[in-house]
Amino acid sequence: MIVAETPQRATPHGLAHQAVHFEDGLLLDCGVRLGRLSVAYRTCGRLNAERSNAVLVCHALTGDQYVAEPHPLTGKPGWWEAVVGPGRPVDTNRFFVISANVLGGCMGSSGPASQKDGQADGGSAVLWGTDFPPVTIRDMVRAQKRLIEHLGIERLFAVLGGSMGGMQVLEWAALYPESVFAAVPVATAAYHTAQNIAFHEVGRQAIFADPDWAGGRYWEAGKVPARGLAVARMTAHITYLSEQALTRKFGRRLRSGASLTLFDDLFEVESYLRHQGSTFVARFDANSYLSITRAMDFFDLAAEHGGDLARAFAGAKTRFCVISFSSDWLFPTAQSRAIARALNQAAANVSFVEVESDKGHDAFLLDEPEFHRTLAGFLSGSGRLIGLS
Amino acid sequence: MNAEPPQAVRPGGVRYVAKNMRLDLRLIAGMIAPASRVLDIGCGDGALIAHLTRELGCDARGIEIDMAAVADAVARGLAVMHGDADTDLAHYPDQAFDYVVLSRTLQAVERPREVLRQMLRIGARAVVSFPNFGHWLVRWQLLSSGRMPLTPTWDRPWYETPNIHPCTILDFFALCRGEGYRVEQWLAANEAGRRAPWRRSVRLANLFGEQALFVLHRAA
Repeated sequence: MIVAETPQRATPHGLAHQAVHFEDGLLLDCGVRLGRLSVAYRTCGRLNAERSNAVLVCHALTGDQYVAEPHPLTGKPGWWEAVVGPGRPVDTNRFFVISANVLGGCMGSSGPASQKDGQADGGSAVLWGTDFPPVTIRDMVRAQKRLIEHLGIERLFAVLGGSMGGMQVLEWAALYPESVFAAVPVATAAYHTAQNIAFHEVGRQAIFADPDWAGGRYWEAGKVPARGLAVARMTAHITYLSEQALTRKFGRRLRSGASLTLFDDLFEVESYLRHQGSTFVARFDANSYLSITRAMDFFDLAAEHGGDLARAFAGAKTRFCVISFSSDWLFPTAQSRAIARALNQAAANVSFVEVESDKGHDAFLLDEPEFHRTLAGFLSGSGRLIGLS
Repeated sequence: MNAEPPQAVRPGGVRYVAKNMRLDLRLIAGMIAPASRVLDIGCGDGALIAHLTRELGCDARGIEIDMAAVADAVARGLAVMHGDADTDLAHYPDQAFDYVVLSRTLQAVERPREVLRQMLRIGARAVVSFPNFGHWLVRWQLLSSGRMPLTPTWDRPWYETPNIHPCTILDFFALCRGEGYRVEQWLAANEAGRRAPWRRSVRLANLFGEQALFVLHRAA
């Protein structure tokens, strides 16, 4: 058997996520072939008889497939419930929404935290850990394509995602133009800048510096490099917010009763970041973080097409809606404008909106009525063209 | 420039769009063949491209500099991007469109001649409308008062008008000759966009037309 479906279920080692397993594996950009490819995924809504209403939602660095339902590990609401759900811009009464955990992730897809090739099922599982081969955004998209084919969908009505999810959207449009009717890259870029890479490197070094990382084999000793991963998250989290957002939320406010100390958290913003770090550690795998940040850093769509971004979209029939946020300094509007211009050069059908917001990069996850109105309108307009009501 | 409020468009309200579209936009729509590829520069709320898409089956897209108008247009399902006529046309490939429309915006761009060149590079035809500075009321006000004219068409004082490059119908004909553009069609209209009957005399059109509409293509 080449393909096997496994449902979400409890196992002695913890929760097993709903997934499809391709026993013929996947050839990666690095030249290594994964012997077995697992893609964990969730769906929401119903696929219509014509199979024309499927929407793929691609998640960001630390997101997962639990887009519009409570997370099975944390119990928190889905990360994009503001956007995906009944009556939402991505209306699950109209669309069949698919979301997959990325290759390299830690929510059930093949990645450092998944079972290594050639290991027998059952018993004490041997994990990939840092032996997991380096993956690219394009590898992630190829894995998603396998899932889409497995679900019997030839053409996706839309592919959308923010941040790293937006990178996957761009790669989808470049790699499988015939399979994408509409593409919505949000708060993203066609390549990672030196500044983006630099911030990621701080995070990786924090993980490496944690003795509990144990050269990447922490899981053997039942440890977690919690301090390193938390610091990585704290650094990254700063880049997701704008100065205005931090000022509005915390300003220079002190924790109640705080007196001047050297090491205790004194300012509210410190305690907020520490909380972000510690909750993140509970749900994310450190080696996965290393693997995915590397994939993002390596991403350069133009470089995949002879240095010319327009060539990535040559002859594209896909309709694009590029969206950025005014206060996002991690993936600034200039990056989105460059994508829109490359699409113009390729004579592609492109809408491009910068949404006014002071919430920074995180705005794409938050309640931003103008963003939601734009997205809903674009999807409705695109749907009309192919008779989706 | 266009002082009229943006018009609301009900989803699927096709007839509503056509009936309520600005008259000068209706004149433009009348010059565009069905099912053609159109780029509308300075498309505002997208009334023209909505009409072209839904009534004429065109692949109509827009560029608009006002972000709120862009968001409105995209939210209504139109293919509109934020951009600037002066800088963004250079990013389109040659002959990507059948028509490139510039409605009452030429006088407000920084380099009108370059914008026209780009329009006729990326499109087979350019459809250009502009307010006519040669209108008798403009001439009379300047002559009689010695001050910058303020008319229903030229309605902003000199220190805050976006119209930095006003021209007359005669000026525009001269530019087309100089640049080697063929004038395929032209007409003068009043402010509301009703056609004026001065088709036979450019000089009369230049005196009595409040705005002008041209369809150009490059001489072979």
